[in-house]
Amino acid sequence: MIETILPSKAEALEDAMTFLEGALASVSCPMKTMLRISMCFEEIFVNVARYAYADRKEEGTIKIRIDANPSEAEITIIDSGLPFNPLANEDPNITLSAEERGIGGLGILMVKKTMDETSYEYLNGQNVFRMKKRLV
Amino acid sequence: MNIMKKQENDTLVVALEGRLDTTTAPELDRELKASTNGVKTLTFDFAKLEYISSAGLRVLLSTQKIMNKQGEMIIKNVNDTILEVFDITGFSSIMNIQ
Repeated sequence: MIETILPSKAEALEDAMTFLEGALASVSCPMKTMLRISMCFEEIFVNVARYAYADRKEEGTIKIRIDANPSEAEITIIDSGLPFNPLANEDPNITLSAEERGIGGLGILMVKKTMDETSYEYLNGQNVFRMKKRLV
Repeated sequence: MNIMKKQENDTLVVALEGRLDTTTAPELDRELKASTNGVKTLTFDFAKLEYISSAGLRVLLSTQKIMNKQGEMIIKNVNDTILEVFDITGFSSIMNIQ
């Protein structure tokens, strides 16, 4: 299990991705799967970076924990910001036409459909979001 | 991400290379808003696009809405992983993907 703590801002995404991709590469994660996981990770990370600490001036932090082996990877994203469950909102209606489509919710829809498991809990003042994917 | 534009009369071809994500999507959005005036056929060539996140999808959706009013938008050479994203989000049914 490896962990890193990054500033809660969109600019930290590149470092976060490097950390994630390094961890997945070290267990020989296939490229396609790596792209899928990166995409889900980006959605959650950017959402936390933008909104978790929106109510305060000081920059918060985001902790990323990765538990990976060649068969499976679990990624946990933890912040101490406003309680927020990304899984709670209704999925966007994907049968609507382009004109009718709203812009929101696409990211979390992608996460729910791409990862094998997702979960959220608010524990000891922290948002804890977990997502897991089989790698083979 | 590299953006290569080729304009000929009222057709515009935009080829993307690299990753269309939170950091690169705003640049694409700016480039498109600056170039789509008077364009009747906008074609995206995704042959060299490796990755797309929802930030990229949002730019595509808002561009689709603009092009629906003035002509058409086509996305071609989409790789498997990106096609999967289009399927999951329903974009395959509202966009012309070739």
